[in-house]
Amino acid sequence: MPHFTKPEAGSWTENYPELGTGPVNYEDSIDPAYYEAEKEAIFKKTWLNVGRVEQASKVGSYFTKELAVADTSLVIVRGKDKEIRAFHNVCRHRGNKLVWNDYPGEEVKGTCRQFTCKYHAWRYSLDGDLTFVQQEQEFFDLDKADYGLKLVRCEVWEGFIFVNLDPDAQPLKEYLGEFAKGLEGYPFHEMTEVFTYKAEIGSNWKLFIDAFAEFYHAPVLHMKQAVKDEADKLFNVGYEALHYEIHSPHSMISSWGGMSPPKDLTIVKPIERALRSGLFGPWEAPDIEGLDNLPTGLNPGRHRAWGNDSFEFFPNMTLLIWKPGWYLTYHYWPTAVDKHIFEANLYFVPAKTARERLKQELAAVTFKEYALQDGNTLEATQTMLKSRVVTDFPLCDQELLLRHLHKTVADYVKEHTDAAQ
Amino acid sequence: MLPSEFAALEPFSEWVLESERERYSKRLASSMEDMQAFYDAAFPLLEQASDHLDKFLLTELPEQERNLLLLMFSLVNVSFPVEVWKQARVPDSGAAYMDLVVEPKV
Repeated sequence: MPHFTKPEAGSWTENYPELGTGPVNYEDSIDPAYYEAEKEAIFKKTWLNVGRVEQASKVGSYFTKELAVADTSLVIVRGKDKEIRAFHNVCRHRGNKLVWNDYPGEEVKGTCRQFTCKYHAWRYSLDGDLTFVQQEQEFFDLDKADYGLKLVRCEVWEGFIFVNLDPDAQPLKEYLGEFAKGLEGYPFHEMTEVFTYKAEIGSNWKLFIDAFAEFYHAPVLHMKQAVKDEADKLFNVGYEALHYEIHSPHSMISSWGGMSPPKDLTIVKPIERALRSGLFGPWEAPDIEGLDNLPTGLNPGRHRAWGNDSFEFFPNMTLLIWKPGWYLTYHYWPTAVDKHIFEANLYFVPAKTARERLKQELAAVTFKEYALQDGNTLEATQTMLKSRVVTDFPLCDQELLLRHLHKTVADYVKEHTDAAQ
Repeated sequence: MLPSEFAALEPFSEWVLESERERYSKRLASSMEDMQAFYDAAFPLLEQASDHLDKFLLTELPEQERNLLLLMFSLVNVSFPVEVWKQARVPDSGAAYMDLVVEPKV
């Protein structure tokens, strides 16, 4: 008997019959040609979240985003008119990368009045207009108006900056759909204290989403993180989500809390008891508006035991909102078929006291201990998938979101390939 | 370098470190005995330290108080090897790394 009621169809997965229930083929995570197809069909066509408005808070604040998966680099900047714009990070003169320091491949951030190319000092305004050409008289019929920076579609939802390399893409809010609508009004703008983790992971990008889109692994892989009796109990009970929902291409999983605060203090570690914080964050919510009346998109199962909701915004953004008033995002930036940059951002309401800051420190450090275990496991998976000894894998009902992800990727790739023929 | 009430922690002042990267590196380079000794001295004072630090605004901590907070960040970091892992590294984490590239300044 499940602990939490499943849909009438009999299971969460069968609630979405188009997904099927058979084993899933993982060739999509090891084939270099398939990866090339994903770049064209997905990453050059869909809305990608590249940051938050706080990263470009003032006129002239900018940051760059390396998009190996779309064969480009972008510079995102707030213009004089307060609008945030995204440009391809390339000088129109002879193609030098426009904004970088020391190492061309590293992302940078800062504030400036204009962009000046390191190569021949061509200058561009914050709006992307070419404003100065060194020895302009040496050129032939050069009209500066024809050589502004190449603009990229850039739209903002609830403070999250998205870009899309496809000029014909549907508007961002339409693309994000039901889930985004259901989250509007959440006080993201109050949670401006950030911990950013980065790592290069030796696996296909989808494998890390797989790892975070199910919690079936948690009582097993992370067993040693809990005190012994609690670990045994978690292992025996296993994991069941409260609710799953799919609005393709996006999906979400809703989970129980239980650990913030725990029912029984003896089940958590001494440091957690002392600081009243842990993996699930500080046990007490911060004192801000907007947490009492949560947007309707949160806790869709309307469950009393609710603890967090994790949204997978296709293709590569996870947005996880915790009940005690903080959230995190994961991004998976592919760099090769078997490699990606993983980025995690933990967002809190700025601490006013040292005690609050210590609680956040514990949450952030705990996150890292878990993520290290997750990341290392993925390399082991990638190696064995590559052996092709086994090609198809059975996914359980708690792995519904993985099934959906791989099918969605396949649908995008197929549509793109069909259109090209 | 610490407020006088916390003189007992002066022998562990090498754990007053600016960034998570430095704290984590020191953890990896330390023996379990050293981390246990630091933990045994600092953990019982965590509550008292929080009470003391909360008399100040986080943005206006005097230098000694700021040092105490950084020391307690290190305590949080070594609590994992001491309370759970019984080793400095996260088990099964192999060569994996996870760099904290942005952290809130104190």
